[in-house]
Amino acid sequence: MMELFDIFASAGLWAAVLRIATPLIFGTLGALLCERAGVLNLGIEGIMTFGAMIGWLTVYQGGDLWAGLLAAALFGGLFGLLHAVLTVPFGLSQHVTGLGITLFASSLSYYVFRLAVPVASSPPTIEPFQPLRIPLLSDLPLLGPALFNQTAPTYLAIAAALILSYILFRTPLGLAVRMTGENPHGAEAQGVNPVAIRFGAIITGSALMGVGGSFLTLSAFNSFFPTMVQGRGWVCIALVVFASWRPGRALFGALLFALFDAYQLRLQTVVGKAVPYQVFLMIPYILSIAALAVMARRARVPQALMQAYRRGER
Amino acid sequence: MTASPVLELRNITKSFGDTLANESVSVALARGEVLALLGENGAGKTTLMSILFGHYTPDSGTVHVEGRELPHGKPRAAIRAGVGMVHQHFSLAANLTVLENVMTGTESLLRVKSDTRAARARLAEVSERFGLIVDPDARVGDLSVGEQQRVEILKALYNDARILILDEPTAVLTNIEAEMLFRTLRDMARQGLSLIFISHKLHEVLAAADRIVVLRGGKVVAERRAAETSKEELAELMVGRRVARPRRETATPGETVLEARNVRVSSAGGKGLSQVDFSLRAGEMLGIIGVSGNGQTALAHLVSGLVRHEEGDLILFGEPVRDPSVRAFIEAGVGRVPEDRNTEGAIGDMTIWENAVLERIWSPAFSRHGMIDRGAARQFAAEVIEAFDVRGGTPDKRIRLLSGGNMQKLILGRNLHEQPKILIAAQPTRGLDEGAIAAVHTRLLEARKSGAGVLLISEDLDEVLQLADRIQAIVKGRLSPPVAAEEADARMLGLMMAGDWQQTARDTGRGFDAV
Repeated sequence: MMELFDIFASAGLWAAVLRIATPLIFGTLGALLCERAGVLNLGIEGIMTFGAMIGWLTVYQGGDLWAGLLAAALFGGLFGLLHAVLTVPFGLSQHVTGLGITLFASSLSYYVFRLAVPVASSPPTIEPFQPLRIPLLSDLPLLGPALFNQTAPTYLAIAAALILSYILFRTPLGLAVRMTGENPHGAEAQGVNPVAIRFGAIITGSALMGVGGSFLTLSAFNSFFPTMVQGRGWVCIALVVFASWRPGRALFGALLFALFDAYQLRLQTVVGKAVPYQVFLMIPYILSIAALAVMARRARVPQALMQAYRRGER
Repeated sequence: MTASPVLELRNITKSFGDTLANESVSVALARGEVLALLGENGAGKTTLMSILFGHYTPDSGTVHVEGRELPHGKPRAAIRAGVGMVHQHFSLAANLTVLENVMTGTESLLRVKSDTRAARARLAEVSERFGLIVDPDARVGDLSVGEQQRVEILKALYNDARILILDEPTAVLTNIEAEMLFRTLRDMARQGLSLIFISHKLHEVLAAADRIVVLRGGKVVAERRAAETSKEELAELMVGRRVARPRRETATPGETVLEARNVRVSSAGGKGLSQVDFSLRAGEMLGIIGVSGNGQTALAHLVSGLVRHEEGDLILFGEPVRDPSVRAFIEAGVGRVPEDRNTEGAIGDMTIWENAVLERIWSPAFSRHGMIDRGAARQFAAEVIEAFDVRGGTPDKRIRLLSGGNMQKLILGRNLHEQPKILIAAQPTRGLDEGAIAAVHTRLLEARKSGAGVLLISEDLDEVLQLADRIQAIVKGRLSPPVAAEEADARMLGLMMAGDWQQTARDTGRGFDAV
């Protein structure tokens, strides 16, 4: 029985938590930014897949790791642009458009991947990001290896959460985004252009989603396979609600989910003989639903979420 | 006017499809003046103001602020020129704080940091100067409607508005809040601001404005100084003919159709009912008067079959109701005009014919073998539109495109066309203009005359006194004993609405037992 708790004392667990959380942090921040401007972006699952593919492919074709990350952001932004065009000026259903983009982007990533890489018995690999040891801090017991021996994108994810939080709550731009998500007509009446704000938020948010996906191939693993995002995008959508649309809480939520996930991985090895491992695979999702049920009841949804904005119409 | 106007609208024309909303309208506003734009719903008041503020682009005509022409369709230009608009449906963000709402759009979007401190100081200064006190850190969604309106006004003043436009500012306010608002408006005018407010309420424009411009059918039909006109004249100018609200004629009621004995309803969220007694007879109108929020909603739901009573008896046509359902009530002949026509009375994005038959869609008249008989439904809708004078309505039009008054006429019509035995009318004239109110009153009296028992739930004293045969007050979920309308006056009803009916009986020297 003690073994169940011993897991928490291992630095390996905590290091894994941050690693698992990184794509979720990027994805959640991206979805959160879109929703703060009033647009649900269910394209996330596909955009993350495409980000994973294009990031990997860039590096495989001889590009720099950072170029891979940038390519993922760029193509994420392009899918965001598509989503924005369809949902903002055309005012199409955000659900349907988002799901369409997910299907489109997922299939397109596999297609492009197959064009570039012929079928091989074992998938080709790249040299991924290496952990950056932060001097002195990484020597701290337990915390050191967990927090200060991660790859660069992980640090970037944490920074992104802090920066997004600052932008949303401390700058006029963030206020304009929040106002647009609450009441685009009101925003317009005060001289803010809600269409421009929504475009900007969706494109930027989708770029973050792309970066989140690319972490999977550029840091967590070193090769691409089409099913690798495995519903992380949907987890991010839930995490946004869990976080009550706040970047700080999104960071916390992503870490919490990652903790459940890292814990169950280790649990599999400890008690895996007695219970089929699929049971443990469910644990993070069950705990997430429970946490969501507790947290989201008090959540304050952006009032104009999923509402198309048409000028001069109420 | 001696000085040149601060604001001038010249020959504004605007049409939507084939409807002409404004036709060559010219209005000028002087500094320090309160101008009322009076007109019925659909007269083109809001369209005109939306053009002025840049929400709509006019087909022709120009807007001048202090002599300079404003570009069309640019709210930002209007704000910069010093025009502020307080919308009827507030353009506030419920989840943001007062300060955040006010600050939106006031700083360059490229600034790295909002200057919250300066904004807070400025907001405090502005609210102090005009006596509009609100907590800057309160979440707007937590404020009362009156406070939200204050925020809306503050927003405009914060942007240095020198011209303020208020669209139906009192539509959502209680009487006391409205009086406070008008005091604030006069105060602002005294400090040099110029104001236009839109209204269809006669007493309001007379009390608050210096000058009144009357719009009808998209055109300016008259202009009067408030001191030189009267309610009667304005009413006639506004409607285009003499309007008089109808009064009831005496009638002998028939047998009891609906009765409540000691009924209790505890409703989740909102006020319930306790110890409720009333009886409604065929061919009479029973008025339930009360300040809203005292259980009217629960009462209307109870008599529509929407909620179940936990104690006491509800007797419908002599039979106790055991298992209430909306359908059973409708089939028994209970017609309803719901309190909130936009959420309970009609489904905005569905067509008029769909809304007309929705309550009776299962009836063989409108459906066969589970298929809707569209022909019959459209025919029915057309008949209702015709018989009840629903203006601007065709069966295939979405119902949200109707004005409030016409939507209400349609709701009344779909009920009365079927000759109900009971009609529940909850706040039937709320938000309607004078012409529509008279039309609704006429229909309610017709229903009574044709033998229906009408339960009129209202917060309008005049309405209840003019229409109802007997009156009960609703206070905190309880009903007072009934008084005959002949014995009641505004003062007595006021006391009853305050809650102590024994005291009322003593004060007025009248008993309730007489009825």
